[in-house]
Amino acid sequence: MTLSRRDILAGTAATAAAATLPAGTAKAQAKRNVLKVVPHANLQILDPIWTTGYISRNHGYMIYDTLFALDNNLKPQPQMVENLDVSADRLKYTMTLRDGLAWHDGTDVTAEDCVASLQRWGKRDGMGQRLFAVTDKLEADGKKTISLTLKRPYGVVLDSIGKISSNVPFMMPKRVAETPADKQIEDTTGSGPFMFNKANWKPGNLAIYEKFKAYAPRKEAVSSAAGGKIAKVDRVEWYTMDANTAMNALMSGEIDYWEQVTPDLIDLVKKAPGVKVENLDPTGNMGWARFNHLVAPTNNPMVRQAIMKACNQEDFLKTAIGNPEYYKVCKSIYPCGTTYETDAGYVNQNVADAKTLLQQSGYKGEELVILQPTDHPVLNPFCQVMAEQLRAIGMNVKLQAMDWSTVLQRRASKDPTDKGGWNMFCTWWIGGDTVNPLTGVGFGATGEKGWFGWASDEQAVKLQDEFANAGSPADAKKAATALQERLYANGHYVNMGMFFVPVGYRDNVRGMIKSPVQFFWNMEVV
Amino acid sequence: MWLFILRRVASTVPVMLIVAIVIFAMLRLTPGDPAVVIAGDQATAEQIARIRASLGLDLPIHEQFLTWIIQILHGDLGTSIFTNMPVSTLIGQRLEPTLLLTLTTVIFSVSVAVPLGVWAAWRAGSWTDRLIMMFSVLGFSFPVFVLGYVLIYQFGLTLKWLPTQGYKSPFTDPLGFASTIVMPTITLGMIYIALVTRITRASMLEVLGEDYIRTARAKGQIERKVLFRHALKNAAVPIATIIGIGIALLIGGAVVTETVFNIPGLGRLVVDAILRRDYPIIQGLILVFSFTYIIINMLIDIAYTMLDPRIRY
Repeated sequence: MTLSRRDILAGTAATAAAATLPAGTAKAQAKRNVLKVVPHANLQILDPIWTTGYISRNHGYMIYDTLFALDNNLKPQPQMVENLDVSADRLKYTMTLRDGLAWHDGTDVTAEDCVASLQRWGKRDGMGQRLFAVTDKLEADGKKTISLTLKRPYGVVLDSIGKISSNVPFMMPKRVAETPADKQIEDTTGSGPFMFNKANWKPGNLAIYEKFKAYAPRKEAVSSAAGGKIAKVDRVEWYTMDANTAMNALMSGEIDYWEQVTPDLIDLVKKAPGVKVENLDPTGNMGWARFNHLVAPTNNPMVRQAIMKACNQEDFLKTAIGNPEYYKVCKSIYPCGTTYETDAGYVNQNVADAKTLLQQSGYKGEELVILQPTDHPVLNPFCQVMAEQLRAIGMNVKLQAMDWSTVLQRRASKDPTDKGGWNMFCTWWIGGDTVNPLTGVGFGATGEKGWFGWASDEQAVKLQDEFANAGSPADAKKAATALQERLYANGHYVNMGMFFVPVGYRDNVRGMIKSPVQFFWNMEVV
Repeated sequence: MWLFILRRVASTVPVMLIVAIVIFAMLRLTPGDPAVVIAGDQATAEQIARIRASLGLDLPIHEQFLTWIIQILHGDLGTSIFTNMPVSTLIGQRLEPTLLLTLTTVIFSVSVAVPLGVWAAWRAGSWTDRLIMMFSVLGFSFPVFVLGYVLIYQFGLTLKWLPTQGYKSPFTDPLGFASTIVMPTITLGMIYIALVTRITRASMLEVLGEDYIRTARAKGQIERKVLFRHALKNAAVPIATIIGIGIALLIGGAVVTETVFNIPGLGRLVVDAILRRDYPIIQGLILVFSFTYIIINMLIDIAYTMLDPRIRY
């Protein structure tokens, strides 16, 4: 009896092992045309215009194309557009589409489709709304020509249409783009290098993208979002999983690519044989601690200034990120290394001054509420360090622990802190979202109509307009610098520095693109 | 018996209604708003308000509740706010992995735990008994995720015998299923082995002291038959109860194991939905879980009558 039980156990183990090996071999063979990826989040929403979520944006880049796209220098380059003609008075932009552009259902991409797509985007996106505010007419002029007529010259037309991050003006068929902007689209037909396999979509688990064989890439070399988008694999599979599970799967070769290796696992992943860790994002992420400008005590500009003086950027970064390879002290509100980078107006840490300023502000120990998302690996330590730095200057800080979803809801409250309100929350933007004064929604200062925190500053709004209407790069730079000085002086937010989240990949994966956004064209498994 | 079954089925209606009211109220009282999650970090309050209105989340709570209840009465669990997919489709996608993981775990746990419990009771007070009880305590105390990661490290990363994560359907890839289900089954099974072993032992100890056991032995019945035919059958009621409750818990509560091994089951679906405040999914799943609990409890009650003919309803 004992012997037979052992036999059974041995047999079972052998069967299990045998079962795995052929499966593994088959997997290795099939992998040449399949790229298995763990993206940074779970794809839940398929409409990149309806939401600003980065994962939906990345999904958008897989299946849609754009008229213009930013290159490595963050300059807009034609993508679907073949010819651009700008009138001498800078009021009329005539864009002609490239030959060979087709939707995934085989029909041709037309100018009418693009006009409808831009109009839908213009209802949702901040830069889009600004562009449409100065737009006189946007119309299709024949099958392939889009004509945009402005009421007055506007300096960032192409930067707006070529915007790299949410909401990206993706082109959709007219029938899809006519969906009201406040309703999610259902049809995922695009004209990008991959097609979405909606029938096999399992939210929370798997999203599959098939190569669009009729896609006609540009001839230019790939450069961030611009250049030739060549799908080098037949299929890209996005698997949603927990960070530790993703690490194990990458180490064992079950997946090829992990989009965001969490800071605590970087060292472990780096040591694994056959795995590489690399930062592909030149503009990184910008950490912010946002003030509530409506609620005491942070409605007092002197208190905000005192808080800014109490903070040391490197303390946030050291604690949350740890490895200096993946963070950078950056005094600019624009990502360091980009066009508008400047130190102008930055508030350096000076604890003694902070204490004095706090006394002068009339602060009398009122409670300062910080919303702390304990489920976020970077923002949670950011908030904890912030609390300690503020306690060090004598503030009465209350860290309110909650999940990120609750932070998103709570931050909408304009009530006083004893009625569910707040004073500060920590967040971050990808560098691509803050490259200029207009891309950063948080730079806005339009008061209660604006972004959470509701900073109100007419001068800042004026400087944003100056940037938008700048006639030359020098004027644009001047306006961007002046805006930074103004935002720091007004205590707009605490700049918590720049950090990078590297990707992890098997050493047989090639063709990664350096960009603030993750793209999967050009990538292959050799 | 049929009357009992009918009565129990009928009693599910008020229970489900109470569950529906409680879960609906709790979700609306919990902080969080799906519209802000959808809108993303860059959205303004105005944009969020528009999304909230388009989803009907700005309607008075009683109107939202009525709409949902009417949908349920039509057999429609609603549509996910985020994915725009019917909740029933999402549950359908996740049902197979959860049910099969439950099945393999129960088979594994019971086939290990019942003999161990019987053995421990038979050798009560001996070193074998103490050893089995020690392992049982360990099974209770060892965190599921730690055991999962230890198995992954050993069999997935070091020996490379098994995949570290994922799920394959037995209907399309039987071998793949076998290789992906082994470690989650062992991981999840440990705590149930511990539980069922202890219950079996305690129940057997009670029965082994009965007169009819002594009589069976006095008749010269071989020990295996005494244990399994006479004792175990009479000790089966509490064991069946705990197995039944285990099944019900496994269907909705294997979140950690599903997460560690990336198994796309119902547990992860509900946790993801809670984190995003996807109300229709949470509401639909809780109703399904509650219904499952009720049905399993009913089946346990029916099983009692088979295990112990003295029980009648």
